[in-house]
Amino acid sequence: MWIYEKKLQYPVKVSGKNPRLAKWIITQYGGPDGELGASLRYLNQRYTMPTERTRALLNDIGTEELAHLEIVGTLVYKLTKDATIEEIKAAEMAGHYADHDRALFYVDATGNPWTAAYIQAKGDPIADLVEDMAAEEKARATYNWLINLSDDPCVTDVLRFLREREVVHFQRFGEALNHVQEYMKEKKFF
Amino acid sequence: MAVDMTKECMDLLRRIQEMEFVALELNLYLDTHPNDTRALEDYNRAAKELKELRERYDELCGPILSYGHSRNRGNTWLWAETPWPWEM
Ligand SMILES: [Fe+2]
Repeated sequence: MWIYEKKLQYPVKVSGKNPRLAKWIITQYGGPDGELGASLRYLNQRYTMPTERTRALLNDIGTEELAHLEIVGTLVYKLTKDATIEEIKAAEMAGHYADHDRALFYVDATGNPWTAAYIQAKGDPIADLVEDMAAEEKARATYNWLINLSDDPCVTDVLRFLREREVVHFQRFGEALNHVQEYMKEKKFF
Repeated sequence: MAVDMTKECMDLLRRIQEMEFVALELNLYLDTHPNDTRALEDYNRAAKELKELRERYDELCGPILSYGHSRNRGNTWLWAETPWPWEM
């Protein structure tokens, strides 16, 4: 089970409302390479992982991704909560407003809803871990593009933290992949 | 009701975030390096410090954990009264 800790993993400040930036950042909430997909992918794959190390790693990174989902949600919330209708229209967020007002929703930057088709569980630990490594690189690239788009230094600081976490996750998944490959080789011989 | 956090509580929260980050990094590292004795020691040291920081925070600023992992030190339900992360 999970115990809620009433805090963010990393502090989130914004310089002021900025619905345009929020509309792009929301892709890391419910987009193809976002934090919802990441956490659900890893927490779901962990059941059929063959080794202690891989079960632990998927459980723990999957849990950290939930904390990232909360950070991204907080960014979007803070950037939109005081936006006026005129500002929402100018930010091309009127479509989102029509469906959700200022509520958050699991969508990408152009409004497409999250789908389980973004993720996979093959039951083959090599295939799953290689998918996880690719997912981390795609998330890292997305944070890169968002940093390029950001005009708020406070937001950029949070995006940099999140980008760095993807680099660490990629590294750990790589180590887990090497270990599982050794394990599979041994299983063939004995 | 959203209660404003005092400077002391904000500082304490920041220290919890930093110490938990240390513990989390060591946790993921140990998942793939389970026999690294130095990392195991560092992890236990971080866990101990984190526990002390959380106890101070619970006492001074309100419960940080739900489901019975923090005590409610007041006559009302502080868990719902203290600000949520997106309100801070
Ligand atoms: Fe990640």
